[in-house]
Amino acid sequence: MTAIRTQVVPDSGVKTAAPALEPLLSEIHEAGRAGRHVRGSEDADALIPNEFRRRASLDLPEITEPQVVRHFTHLAQLNYAVDTGMYPLGSCTMKYNPKVNDRIAALAGFAEIHPRQDDDTIQGALRLMFELQELLAKLTGMDAATLQPAAGAHAEFTALLVFKAYHSKRGDAARRRRVIVPDTAHGTNPASAAMCGYTVTTVKSDSRGNIDLASLKAALGDDVVGLMLTNPNTLGLFEERLREVCDAVHNAGGLVYGDGANMNALLGVARPGDLGFDCIHINVHKTFSTPHGAGGPGAGPLCVKAKLEPFLPHPRITRDTDGSYRRGPTPPDSIGRVRSFFGNFGVLVRAYTYMRTLGEEGLAEASNDAILAANYLLAQLRDSYDVAFDRPCMHEFVLSASRQRKQGASALDVAKALIDEGFHPPTVYFPLVVPEALMIEPTETEPRETLDAFAAAMVRVAERAKTDPASVKAAPLHAPLARLDEVSAARYPRLRWQRPT
Amino acid sequence: MTNSNPYSPHTDADRAAMLKRVGIKSVDELLTAIPKDALRPKLGLPAGMSEIEVQTHLEALAARNRPAGAGPFFIGGPVQRRYIPAAVPVLALRGEFLTAYTPYQPEVSQGTLQAVFEYQSLLSELLAMDVVNSSMYDGSTAVAEAAFMAVRTTGRKKVVVAREVFYQFRDTLRTYAQGPGLEVREVPTRDLVANAEGAACLIVQHPDSFGALVDVRPIAEAAHAAGGLCVQVTEPHASALLEPPGGLGADIAVGEGQPLGIPMSLGGPHLGIFAAREALVRQMPGRIVGETKDARGTRGFVNTLQTREQHIRREKATSNICTNEALAAITAAAYLALMGPTGLRAAARTGVAKAHALAARLSSVPGCAVALDGPFFDRFQLRTPVPGRDLKHALAKENVLVDDGLHHEERDGIVIQCTEMTSDSDADALVSAVERITAGTRETVAAR
Ligand SMILES: Cc1ncc(COP(=O)(O)O)c(C=O)c1O
Repeated sequence: MTAIRTQVVPDSGVKTAAPALEPLLSEIHEAGRAGRHVRGSEDADALIPNEFRRRASLDLPEITEPQVVRHFTHLAQLNYAVDTGMYPLGSCTMKYNPKVNDRIAALAGFAEIHPRQDDDTIQGALRLMFELQELLAKLTGMDAATLQPAAGAHAEFTALLVFKAYHSKRGDAARRRRVIVPDTAHGTNPASAAMCGYTVTTVKSDSRGNIDLASLKAALGDDVVGLMLTNPNTLGLFEERLREVCDAVHNAGGLVYGDGANMNALLGVARPGDLGFDCIHINVHKTFSTPHGAGGPGAGPLCVKAKLEPFLPHPRITRDTDGSYRRGPTPPDSIGRVRSFFGNFGVLVRAYTYMRTLGEEGLAEASNDAILAANYLLAQLRDSYDVAFDRPCMHEFVLSASRQRKQGASALDVAKALIDEGFHPPTVYFPLVVPEALMIEPTETEPRETLDAFAAAMVRVAERAKTDPASVKAAPLHAPLARLDEVSAARYPRLRWQRPT
Repeated sequence: MTNSNPYSPHTDADRAAMLKRVGIKSVDELLTAIPKDALRPKLGLPAGMSEIEVQTHLEALAARNRPAGAGPFFIGGPVQRRYIPAAVPVLALRGEFLTAYTPYQPEVSQGTLQAVFEYQSLLSELLAMDVVNSSMYDGSTAVAEAAFMAVRTTGRKKVVVAREVFYQFRDTLRTYAQGPGLEVREVPTRDLVANAEGAACLIVQHPDSFGALVDVRPIAEAAHAAGGLCVQVTEPHASALLEPPGGLGADIAVGEGQPLGIPMSLGGPHLGIFAAREALVRQMPGRIVGETKDARGTRGFVNTLQTREQHIRREKATSNICTNEALAAITAAAYLALMGPTGLRAAARTGVAKAHALAARLSSVPGCAVALDGPFFDRFQLRTPVPGRDLKHALAKENVLVDDGLHHEERDGIVIQCTEMTSDSDADALVSAVERITAGTRETVAAR
């Protein structure tokens, strides 16, 4: 069961206009209470010419440390997290986040170094990144990697710029203006293509949940930049005609982008580089156990085949003949930098630590267990929910709550009812091709009894949808809050604290 | 199978029971869609390690880096060595924040949502801007997204950026601009006004990358008069003492939020600050948290205005951003709550005072002079009798770390950043090292 707090805490609600779980900082504020962490003399103000000085008031809340600590602790207690329970959010790979990774990232030698320091003063960090580039390339069957992108979507954009540079080098960029994505693609794929100035062609899926090969071929042409493909795809299914798909794109002069969000199915199982992909990103905040941080940070290293390497962003890390590590020189065809500095180094340290902890066998075991756990859950749920595409899944699977919807409880209602059962809901309404989608990814780190408990909860909710759908629609009753009014939030946006008038 | 994955809860009996339930003998029976020749390759990765081995291995790597605290340290710019109150990481790194996903289910994510709303509120007050989003990847991508937003808003394809904006930000902007094929013109700050015509936005940094204070108002006015937007690159501590972007006419304010309690960590993960005027909110990139009520009338928070975002609008979204830097925003909220207005001002003032004291001392070293015509904030460029790069290396040999050129063709020297972490003995060490090294080189030059 969840450890989240469901009651209003004793000292909250003191000055809030409406009933609240916890006041806002500005509602705890009391002039003169500010902390004393740093002292500084006002004499410095004279060094700033009058016309530049702040005239606007600075009404930041004044609160002492003990209150701040309670405030954020109370807030934390309102959250569901991997540390509190199973988080089967499909496509997000909410596996356990090892604590040793956090401790290592916090070592002064990693946390207290500046990216403008000379290479000589950060040899350990450069070596770590160099080795991580190599580990990732080996794991994906690619030739080179950049660690710069901050997340999956950032890597998508980076890769499309690399594609643009590649086509342009071949004198082929002007006419190649179109990116193909399957209808199962994540929203970031078409959004990244648009940021690159490309138009998007969506190709439908076939009856087995693969990208439809005939439609793909019909969509291909000499104006195509490439295909963005997730494999296993967002239905949790391995593309059955993957090589034909990649060949078709290559024959049209296009490139194949691998969206590696689902890499947790493939560690030691298959290398994207052996399957026809020209590049693939890795969400280390999924596959390599780095904590998702309530919405980030992540990191999205991009691994590529040799033909794309010259175009990668700089800096990349190289090893000199004397064994020292350097930021390599900027290659002439590089697209440039896609952000400041090296990448989300603190996240990369965690990913490296995880990879070295598990090693080749441990990583392969992780994917194996993830696939087994997903199929085990699917076996327990297939009678209670419709299975979108009924064939063995990889590390996740998609159910449909269409049956429940007809009975009066939608996928959203099922999700909210699972909260009352003590579980974080699956991903809902994605991928778009499955009506009332419930996308479930258990990961390899949930014990069998937890998987069983989750399956039992799903089955109970399905039962209730049949017998008492109104109760499912009323959920959640045991969460910190009941359902929130998202419509008025968007219609009358209140996007910051405002002094009550 | 034995457990090669130390985090696996599965015993062999568990696996056997699971296989049985699925009705198979081996996981390979589930992998028939994978081409046989590609199945289960040898990867050539090293074998796993115990926790103690991995800790030892990584401590050894960490020991080969020179942390800021190990001697005099004056490197800064977008990434700054600032004091982090002890409670900041204790709160922000609590498992309930650290190991949650993006708050897709608001009923069980109020901790994240309210904390990010607090961040938005605090930054909005600090910058005097109407709306702040949940975060961008870092300061540089915030600049690039601001330019994209100005292009969307104005329908123009040219952006003009001051050469005194951090070079990392300008580089990133140029890379991003290759996507939609924008024209990026770089001009000295003083020429921004003359280049406003036809520009989607003027991008100005204040204080600039060399530390100089910049009069933003006429630049904003010129942008507006020409039908464009003004984007101001700012720094959080500077905003505590200087008139903030909202008071200077900026339409979009962006910056690197790392100085707000986030470790330097070699440049990431950090926090891209992104703020705008209310009228532009529907063109903003990224997640935004809004206040609402639940079905029982209790106040709560949700991700809102989501029709701007990729998961709803796909290729018509305002940005592709999905995973952002939410934990950094929560960290910044905890930092600002602990520091309060007094602490924030004190930290900023200390940097200003130390920078000015150091500038005076270094200016008296023969051949050295502050390379700025006007007032500056908490960093300054020093013109030196030796090339900045050489001086930086020579100082590093004496364990004194400074920054050199900021990839600005016309301006050589070293850049000195001060903060509340700059100690008097560090300052003494810097001054005497600069004296020694420049005197030495003058002698070698004279002897030639
Ligand atoms: C299939 C897929 N592609 C891309 C992304 C985007 O990755 P990120 O959130 O790291 O930007 C995600 C994650 O949300 C995803 O599930």
